[in-house]
Amino acid sequence: MQPEPHASYAAAFAPALLDPVREVPSIVTGPCGKPAVTCYNVYRNNVTVSLIDALASIYPAVQRLTGAEFFRAMARFHVRETPPNSPLLFDYGRDFPAFIERYEHAQSLPWLADVARIERAWLDAYHAADSALLLPSALATIAPDRLAGLVFTLHPATRVVRSSYAAVTIFAANRGTESADDSIDASLPEDALITRPDVDVVVQLLPPGGAVFLTCLMSGCMLAEAAAAALEEAPDFDLATNIAGLFEAGAFASLTSGDAR
Amino acid sequence: MSAKTTISSLVLAGAVSTALATLASAAPLTKAEADAAIAAKKEKCFGVALKGQNDCAAGPGTTCQGTSTADFQGNAWKFVQGGTCASIELPGGKKGSLKPV
Repeated sequence: MQPEPHASYAAAFAPALLDPVREVPSIVTGPCGKPAVTCYNVYRNNVTVSLIDALASIYPAVQRLTGAEFFRAMARFHVRETPPNSPLLFDYGRDFPAFIERYEHAQSLPWLADVARIERAWLDAYHAADSALLLPSALATIAPDRLAGLVFTLHPATRVVRSSYAAVTIFAANRGTESADDSIDASLPEDALITRPDVDVVVQLLPPGGAVFLTCLMSGCMLAEAAAAALEEAPDFDLATNIAGLFEAGAFASLTSGDAR
Repeated sequence: MSAKTTISSLVLAGAVSTALATLASAAPLTKAEADAAIAAKKEKCFGVALKGQNDCAAGPGTTCQGTSTADFQGNAWKFVQGGTCASIELPGGKKGSLKPV
């Protein structure tokens, strides 16, 4: 079967868009049949600029940290290496944090990729489905001997980002409008909790063991299993603080008894 | 269960009641009150898009500067101290290192 005419046109038109070294496709011509190089370059430039702008909108803290000049250069490399595979622009740039991690000129900023991961999680939480929050009153009705087997369903917006660096503090200092005057020690590991308890996305610092605890609950662990896993990683893990904090953040959507397993 | 650490139901019950007490003092609402408060604030605006993401690149972006084959050629790009990252330190001046200290 012959491909649709517009599909073959797109297949000829698109490949050179993100590669300035390539020849302008021969199908792009002016009225007298001359190659329309200038017109194609405008198109080329619009594609590149709009994708860089999309990355700048998704990753504003990263841009603030590096400055616009550095950011746009880095983003341009990524755009040329990774064209979008979806027409939904908010979905673009999912691979950008991994790109930053190996980008030669960002190696002196080893925390930058994790800041980007928090920003990506922020946007995913923003677009996540609506769901009712699990209220603490649901927990109050559970008999003490049934607590160990509880299994939580997370709210669709809930995300965890772990970092070997102070990525949460750096994110917080660069995402708002206020300037970061105090110097930040980047070497302290931090884990981020991202939730959307209402209409606004909230990014918070998780206490010790909190990331292991919540990640385990996300994967379907029972409450006692998740608490044990957290204690193994962080001996100072405080179960009461973590439960209260997660409820307050709106991390959960519902709970069930996992006894049947 | 394969976990080396086990948590007794007594410890769990204690932690849960402490958590509930914390939450109760922070937000002394009944379930009905809390639901009503959440419902009242839940006027989510549909169709809100992040600024810029659906803009066409008209204006300054319509020049062809972005398509030059000389753009950042040779990867000779050097880090420009344009942003706020100067306020972030790694102990021992370990810049250029990927490993935490």
